[in-house]
Amino acid sequence: MDRLKLMVNGEEHVVEVAPGEMLSDVLRYRLGLTGTKIACEEAECGACTVLLEDQPVLSCTMPAMKTDGKTLLTIEGLRSNGELHPLQDAFVKHGAVQCGFCIPGQIMTGYALLTDNQDPSEEDIRYALRDTLCRCGAYPRIITAVQAAAQSLRSGSPVSEPVMQVSGDERVVGRYAWRPDAIAKVDGTAMYSDDYEFPGMLHGAVLRAGVPHGIVRAIELEQARAVEGVHTILTAPDVPGRVNHGVVYHDWPALVGIGEKVRYVGDAIAIVVADTRGIAEQALGRIGVEIEALPVVTDPVEAYQSDAPRVHQDGNLLKHIKVRKGDVDLGFEQADVILDRVYFTPAMDHVFMEPECSIARITDDDRVEVYVGSQIPYEDREQIAAALGVDESRVRVIGTLIGGGFGGKEDIAGQIHAALAAYHTGRPVKILFDRHESLIVHPKRHATQIRVRLGAKRDGTLVAAQTELYGDTGAYASLGDKVMGRATTHSAGPYVIPHVKSDCYAMYTNNPPAGAFRGFGALQSIFAIETAMDELAEMLDIERVTLRRKNALRKGSIANTGQILDESVGLIDCIERVQARLEEVAGKDPFTARQVVGEPHLSRAWGFAVAFKNTGLGEGAPDRATAEVELLPDGTVEARTSSAEIGQGLVTVLQLIAAEEMGLPLESVRVLLSDTDLTPDGGPTTGSRQTYISGNAVRHAASALRDSISATLAEKFEVPPGSIRYVEGLAQVNGQQIMMDRVASIMNEEGRKPLVSFEYWAPETYPLGTEGDKHFAFSFAAQAAEVEVDLLTGEVRVLRVIAANDVGRAINPLGLLGQVEGGVIMGVGHALTEEFILEGGEVWTDQLARYRMPSIAQTPEIESIVVEHPTSEGPYGAKGVGEISSMPTIPAITNAIYNACGVRLRKIPVDQDWLALEIARKAPDGA
Amino acid sequence: MSLWKHYLLPTSIQEAVDALSELDGTSAVIAGGTDLLLDLDQGRHPPVDTMVDITRIDELQQVRVEPEGIFIGAAVTHNEIIHNPVLKENVRCLVEGCGLIGGPQVRNVATIGGNVAHALPAGDGTIALVALDAQACIVNSEGETWLPIGDLFAGPGVTTFDRSRELIKGFRIPLSGPGEGSAFDRVMRPQGVAIAILNMAVWMRFASDGSIESARIAVGPGGPTPFRAHALEDLLSGRIIDADTLHESARTLQDEIKLRTSPYRATEAYRRHLIATLLDRTIGRISAQLLE
Ligand SMILES: Cc1cc2nc3c(=O)[nH]c(=O)nc-3n(C[C@H](O)[C@H](O)[C@H](O)COP(=O)(O)OP(=O)(O)OC[C@H]3O[C@@H](n4cnc5c(N)ncnc54)[C@H](O)[C@@H]3O)c2cc1C
Ligand code: FES
Ligand code: FES
Repeated sequence: MDRLKLMVNGEEHVVEVAPGEMLSDVLRYRLGLTGTKIACEEAECGACTVLLEDQPVLSCTMPAMKTDGKTLLTIEGLRSNGELHPLQDAFVKHGAVQCGFCIPGQIMTGYALLTDNQDPSEEDIRYALRDTLCRCGAYPRIITAVQAAAQSLRSGSPVSEPVMQVSGDERVVGRYAWRPDAIAKVDGTAMYSDDYEFPGMLHGAVLRAGVPHGIVRAIELEQARAVEGVHTILTAPDVPGRVNHGVVYHDWPALVGIGEKVRYVGDAIAIVVADTRGIAEQALGRIGVEIEALPVVTDPVEAYQSDAPRVHQDGNLLKHIKVRKGDVDLGFEQADVILDRVYFTPAMDHVFMEPECSIARITDDDRVEVYVGSQIPYEDREQIAAALGVDESRVRVIGTLIGGGFGGKEDIAGQIHAALAAYHTGRPVKILFDRHESLIVHPKRHATQIRVRLGAKRDGTLVAAQTELYGDTGAYASLGDKVMGRATTHSAGPYVIPHVKSDCYAMYTNNPPAGAFRGFGALQSIFAIETAMDELAEMLDIERVTLRRKNALRKGSIANTGQILDESVGLIDCIERVQARLEEVAGKDPFTARQVVGEPHLSRAWGFAVAFKNTGLGEGAPDRATAEVELLPDGTVEARTSSAEIGQGLVTVLQLIAAEEMGLPLESVRVLLSDTDLTPDGGPTTGSRQTYISGNAVRHAASALRDSISATLAEKFEVPPGSIRYVEGLAQVNGQQIMMDRVASIMNEEGRKPLVSFEYWAPETYPLGTEGDKHFAFSFAAQAAEVEVDLLTGEVRVLRVIAANDVGRAINPLGLLGQVEGGVIMGVGHALTEEFILEGGEVWTDQLARYRMPSIAQTPEIESIVVEHPTSEGPYGAKGVGEISSMPTIPAITNAIYNACGVRLRKIPVDQDWLALEIARKAPDGA
Repeated sequence: MSLWKHYLLPTSIQEAVDALSELDGTSAVIAGGTDLLLDLDQGRHPPVDTMVDITRIDELQQVRVEPEGIFIGAAVTHNEIIHNPVLKENVRCLVEGCGLIGGPQVRNVATIGGNVAHALPAGDGTIALVALDAQACIVNSEGETWLPIGDLFAGPGVTTFDRSRELIKGFRIPLSGPGEGSAFDRVMRPQGVAIAILNMAVWMRFASDGSIESARIAVGPGGPTPFRAHALEDLLSGRIIDADTLHESARTLQDEIKLRTSPYRATEAYRRHLIATLLDRTIGRISAQLLE
């Protein structure tokens, strides 16, 4: 132990530090300053930035002793006299905060910039923040916020407010609102799972198989048990209940025992529980495991062959998914031209900034409590209870704040392991993944191979589409059949086509599992079909936008699944709005390559694509959510449901809806999410369903509560219920104003509990292959992207994106903007750089430095056009937006690259190395 | 797991080299730690018992003009380099190279000495120093030795001096004279692994008639150690810059350099392809500087 003296946020501290401790360890675990976040521990992401002698540094890789005698400033030190610093205020006001996990790092880095530069240009901001990553893609809002703060600091006036278009004429819905959780996220008090500490807490670490396929022959624990500070080591026989878990199929063992099969490198073999994480990790290294290797299958097409190694007993086919409409052979006979192409998309990682973390503890009444940032708390509860072999009522899942999910926090990560560890030790146990473990273990985006055949008439009318998809769902099903189902139903695009045949093979392999990820299979299909549409347009010599508009789904069209779309089909509108805007900014001929003046090696062009995406679970899955709305004794209202806030802005949406229905100001409404004891089941946070499903549940509960209040007041004051109004947080009865806390006590006096619970059921849907609607709503989108290709180096920059999304209704325009921009930026990453690389089932991209996700430097200028074709069922007409925004970005970019340099991309990401050599091959003399 | 057991913060060179010699090979010099800590954590560096942190040694933090040239202490950070007016004036390629490293958080702690001592064939600061023909000063408990920077490298990540017993004190670069200029450029992948696909630093002195009097060119990765393009330097001397010269330069460099494929980062063919572009960009910028 060394003695370390340092000044943090103006306060002097003297602490004992252990060998190897980093500054972030001291700040977070010794001083309790958990505002500083850890997302990679490899100097790659900037989340852990603090100021050392006024200069930004990465605390995760700074030996604590380096700071001896020095002065530090952390996010907790920015408030002065209790007031937020203008930069913090600007982040809140300008919607720069989504999941919030990167925010302390962004603010500290931005703060240092503002100290040096009172009037930073956009370029200055990009340069300063280029290694401070935000997976939510809040970069455009961050730039705006830094500039707004700079302006406020220079002028001394308050931080400006954003200028936003209002949607509709409701009182609060449709007007921008700040996230209620944003304040805690900018001042460092927000609590994510790893920020919780419990007395006597132990730490768990999990031994992973490290081989992609094999049979465990022996596990040797003696040496590891002997390590001082190790409490217990758990293996498969220590699971008292159901060993296998899984969101849909229970095929994923929580621990693989002796004689059992390992199916991917991330399979868990043993859990070490120790005094510290360091000890637990040290002990892991002393466990001896013998695994008899089996032949490995890693490609979904190979996995389909009858002689392929078997991943599961019943073979490798998870599901063969079919869509049939009309007679596809007849359709192709009628076609004048036929296009036939194959497209590829790789596995990708969510890289939510907050690595997985679960804490389990046993309560005084002998229940198991699990703290976790999960997208599906009730599902977790079921799976934890089953593994422990106890009744679900014995388990409580408490959702903490979530530092990003994007679909990657729907499966079990450490929840069961932490619960097992607490169950066996009786002590609280935390299991925190580092980035390495996160990358190896959790389900990815499905890698796909998609063949598209399109038949069209000379005039461009589509007559037939046949698609064949192979999806790599990896070692375990996770949500694989649902994801690939969505890939299948979206594979012929948002077009009217009389004859359609799609076959999809969702295959098990020895790769890490694949599951839910923003875009849910449809993203991969949209890349394929939208590239194919550009190729077809070229073949037919018909303008690409014209071809799409001609065939686009519209009101009354029959979708490829046979469903009649009788409302809320804004696709044509999206296409036309983007086209019109494009003409304004880029003239009549945006798709033709232009050289940059004075830089003949830089070629620019626009590209175009459309997309659609279902809202909700669909295909026959019952889709429901329950919400409670209660008027509390202090006159405020609380809305409760278990759906998760993963950064998408659900809290604000529910707050707006409840406030609207109750006639209350926003500040009077609180939203409580994700606690299986306190909040009713809201269903999974997936499929862009929250605004629609949970929003409807809250809406109905709130309006019922308002009606119940009105009825009570009407009786008491003997007025007709219809005459009662709610204005500015007061009930108006007969010209008399009653405060809401008084209303609450009147309700209680009258023996009516001021609480309504409402279970909302979405319109029924039907499985594929049956009659009836497969989905109750679809969102639509069109995008144009401008790229600049360096013809010499193959480097591609996305300069501008124009995105139109038909979201039904913009409930919170500021939140919507964040979702659109964040989606586009993720699309830029998917198109150009992101690839989860595997070699024979082993993960190459096992560090953040190897997985190339977009930074502020790759962020284009994004213009969002909101198109509102309301759904009659959706709350105020709203449908989903969380996923669709990134889908058209990818083909819009790859199509633009083709337009700029003549190289067609049928595989993402676009490798600059490959592209440069292709360009050179096509034009041997260079540009 | 703990990456070290003891942490020392010496305040003089003597104290540091004495400690190193006493610890007899079980220690490591740490400057910014931006390479070392990741190498240790990811198993690329043998375990370290004692860290000898050199960032509190005044001498190693200095940039000063001496009669023989500019002295840059080994523990000077990239951020200090890019904001230093003397360096901006005299060693443009170094300032450009260091300005491309990491973000501000990394540049605030990562040092030029660490960049060189890490001995990668494509360290950005290193490549710039090689083109500037810097001299490096190595100190051990016996005393100090000056030698050409190129003599420090024995292979990728391997130095000719003993990093557990010796340290780099600093570098010396001649002040820039009339008709001299330098430039740095590189091609990177956006995001991820922070090593250039190919980088290049060029230093040139022009005669009054506009011809090249002498040139030094460093490229990375162009072999196991930072690569000096001697054949190209010979070719350029006495030439004027025109399309033919550039064309021939690219060919000459492509012939003499040893390129290879790094999986998932860059193919050999791509690196070869980039040579002409980097030469055009760097030489073009030097010409522009001299016209300023
Ligand atoms: C996010 C990120 C981005 C990066 N980007 C780039 C980039 O674009 N280009 C690039 O070139 N590098 C890059 N790097 C690598 C790194 O930052 C640099 O190489 C840096 O200059 C190393 O300096 P340091 O002080 O941190 O070295 P350290 O990590 O402290 O030391 C590196 C090695 O040198 C030894 N050493 C250090 N100082 C001395 C000395 N004075 N005498 C003897 N031995 C010494 C150490 O023992 C160790 O072996 C990046 C790193 C990160 C984390
Ligand atoms: S850079 Fe420190 S946590 Fe990522
Ligand atoms: S807000 Fe930046 S990562 Fe979520």
